Amino acid sequence: MSRALLIVALLAGVARGDTLAITGATVYARPDTKLENATVVIANGKIVDVGVGLVVPAGATTIDGRGKVVTAGLVEASTQLGLVEIDLEGSANDGRFGPAPTEIHAAFRTTDAYDARSVAIPIARAGGVTSAITGPRGGLVAGQAAWVSLADDASSSAPIKATVAMIAAVGRGAVANGSRGQAIERLRELLDDVDAYRKARANYERNASRTLIAQRLDLEALIPVLEGRVPLVVHAAAESDLRAVIALASERKLRVTIEGGEEAWRVARELAAAKIGVILDPTDNLPNDLAASDVRDDNATILARAGVVVAISTIGAPANARTIRQLAGIAVANGLPWATALDAITHAPSSLFGVPDRGLLERGAAADVVVWSGDPLELATRAETVIVAGVVQSLVTHQTRLRDRYRTLAPVGGRAP
Amino acid sequence: MPPRRLSYNRAMRVAQLAVLVACASCGGQARSKSKTAKAEPPKVEVEERWVDPLVGLPRGAPRTPPSRTVALANPAAQPIAIRHATIMTATGKTIANGTIVLAGGAITALGPDADVVVPAAAMLVDGTGKVITPGLIDAHSHLGVYAAPDLGANNDGNEMTAPVTAQAKAQYGYWPQDPQIARAVAGGVTAALILPGSGNLIGGEGFTVVMRPGRTSDEVAFPGAPATIKMACGENPKRVYGEKGGPQTRMGEYAQFRAVFGEARTYLLKEAAYDRARALWLKKQSRAAELDAQVARGKPKTKGEPAPEPLAVDLKLATLARVLRGEVLVQIHCYKASDLAEMIAIADEAGFKIRSFHHALEAYKIRDLIVKRGIAINTWSDWWGFKQEAFDGIPENAALFTEQGGRATIHSDSAIHIQRLNQDAGKALAAGRAAGVSLTDDQALRWITANPAWVLGIDDVTGTLEVGKRADVAVWSGSPFSVYSRADLVIAGGAITFDRAQGPTPSDFELANSASERGRP
Repeated sequence: MSRALLIVALLAGVARGDTLAITGATVYARPDTKLENATVVIANGKIVDVGVGLVVPAGATTIDGRGKVVTAGLVEASTQLGLVEIDLEGSANDGRFGPAPTEIHAAFRTTDAYDARSVAIPIARAGGVTSAITGPRGGLVAGQAAWVSLADDASSSAPIKATVAMIAAVGRGAVANGSRGQAIERLRELLDDVDAYRKARANYERNASRTLIAQRLDLEALIPVLEGRVPLVVHAAAESDLRAVIALASERKLRVTIEGGEEAWRVARELAAAKIGVILDPTDNLPNDLAASDVRDDNATILARAGVVVAISTIGAPANARTIRQLAGIAVANGLPWATALDAITHAPSSLFGVPDRGLLERGAAADVVVWSGDPLELATRAETVIVAGVVQSLVTHQTRLRDRYRTLAPVGGRAP
Repeated sequence: MPPRRLSYNRAMRVAQLAVLVACASCGGQARSKSKTAKAEPPKVEVEERWVDPLVGLPRGAPRTPPSRTVALANPAAQPIAIRHATIMTATGKTIANGTIVLAGGAITALGPDADVVVPAAAMLVDGTGKVITPGLIDAHSHLGVYAAPDLGANNDGNEMTAPVTAQAKAQYGYWPQDPQIARAVAGGVTAALILPGSGNLIGGEGFTVVMRPGRTSDEVAFPGAPATIKMACGENPKRVYGEKGGPQTRMGEYAQFRAVFGEARTYLLKEAAYDRARALWLKKQSRAAELDAQVARGKPKTKGEPAPEPLAVDLKLATLARVLRGEVLVQIHCYKASDLAEMIAIADEAGFKIRSFHHALEAYKIRDLIVKRGIAINTWSDWWGFKQEAFDGIPENAALFTEQGGRATIHSDSAIHIQRLNQDAGKALAAGRAAGVSLTDDQALRWITANPAWVLGIDDVTGTLEVGKRADVAVWSGSPFSVYSRADLVIAGGAITFDRAQGPTPSDFELANSASERGRP
């Protein structure tokens, strides 16, 4: 162990946690790089070293990893954690818009509404999910998603990236009149208007601009999207919508990621050529949408084989974020290679959204680490230790507290719990 | 009432018309062919059924269900023997290197390879490395009544025109070509309870199905299954009716339950009074006829008494009267401990038994009270938080209820989750064990087999692997509690409903609708 590392370890402040070493574990440094009997050294919130035969730094807190599997913390690539507390309660919803009075909400920033104390966050974390891309939904452009850490303290609940993507949708529900064609038309018009605004802000300020379909702050927020600096996540299911989005991305040189993508397997080659990734739920196999009824159990497998970056997500209710590892396992049962499935819930979101220090256990990466009792995709496996930014996390949740309170029942008429 | 011949009825006319139409088209074809190949329309023996309206009052009784023996007999089923497999019976016993023989729709032999004689005619399936379980049963599904595609036209699961629609039946709305059915079958499911939705306090009767596609609902009705009825409390009915005349609160809901069962009791008493009066009248008529025959030949002499005035039939109350008579298994959607307890109080006051609670996310809080009453719960592994009454759901719910001695099931309430009930049971098992609850794999298997069979009232014929039980079987590629395992072979009533080597059978809707080309991109 180098002197430098020892010094780093000594300098690690209390707030960032002690130097930690997980020893003797099966470690996936990358989803496709499996190290047996390996050690992970963590200090100052970062991965200091990963490898076989490493010397544990003096004074490090050691976690016995024998018989355990260690991976990067899981990343939920599409959720509303911290924005929607109770799905069916309007008053507990801070991130859902409809198509009226406008379908464009680009200026909405998740960080303005995000509740880092959501009851759902510890539950996701106890399931090994250490960060999430959370954002609004609804309308044509729902607003800006944030990449948030799910650490159990306010200071690190500040977003890892405040605007990690702009969330949009095409398809029938995106615009008020409900035509899929009109959603594409409005998106084209919106991008035209952003371009017009960007080129002639002065005219706009003098009220000398033609009518633009979005408000000033929405136009502003979309400039980095138009310039390819912020990825545009487009929820699309039908092959026709997917083809339209691929064409739009190519014309405008946008960085696009597809979300949903029920029929994405039908355009796998085109998506791969356009370097467009897909965030999907591999259980989504019902022919519910007449325009997107060609659904398959092996959507993820076909996409990955074609070279498309696939992230696996619940694309849904924040309460279920912890189930992404099961979803990844289901994709494996349908032909996705195991390493690609682990990638889909760890590193794929990092590569899609340009947050390079997450989703891997490599020197210098953020120390979001999970010690599992076994194969992380398997149902009987538990997250035994969850580390976020180098700090071992509490796994106490609303649910564990309820479980403990009612583990034994008081006799009826006895003291209330 | 046996079928009875009539000289005239509408069914006959319709059938004759159908024969004429068929002749018109096939006759043309025949003419274009050679004279020797003249096609004769098939002779159709028209079946007529007639029920004497004077015999009794319509009581919303189930269509005469096929008897239980039908559940256990399928003469068309070829004998099948699956050998060298691990057999999890859901009776507490697991057989390593076992063989199961299915013939005529029932399980005819079961045991270690060496002990089982395989009939010569049996189709042999190599079960090496595989695990055989009873076919899975979902105690809560809306397949067929909320069919795919998700269109307004296919929403037939919630008759939200009044808070009590006990007269509605899921069977009336069941579409046996719902594309979701084949997907559930591929998940090892062989039977399910199809329920009306939970928008109403009393939504109507459930429909117990054999999980397989069909042409008519009668064709897929689970033979001999008892009637069930769906009730719901808590958030849903008040959300639906809050702005539509109520109930607007839980207070209103529970008052309305009590009121409607009060009406049902009055109706039941009137029914019974009418039955007695009519029986008496019939007896008098019969006696009068006897007397007349004795006294004189020719015209009757005894002055006839008028028949008692029939009761105006109310199918809603007639159905609830059947509930009060204990003829219907009561299934109640309820989440919170306080709501569960209130429904038990209502059942006690009204005089009916609750078979099971559905969802029941807070059952663990009052599991002592529920278990003591012999009520089962149907719940999820880890769903929670989607609404306020689901806020306190915990993954240990099924495990704690089981530890208490209660019957729990893992249900789906979802066309996605019904495809992986085994995985949900696996998750609930893992959560229970992590909490220190001692559970066997067999107990977890019962959550998705024997226990839902009991909830549906069909546990005497299915839900476990035992000789003499119905041939409802799933063959898994590995442990049913592994995320990587899949059902390779599914058999319902002795007939193969899914064979992974063949792939799923597309529904009518999917034919040449691209999705039907599943497996051929």
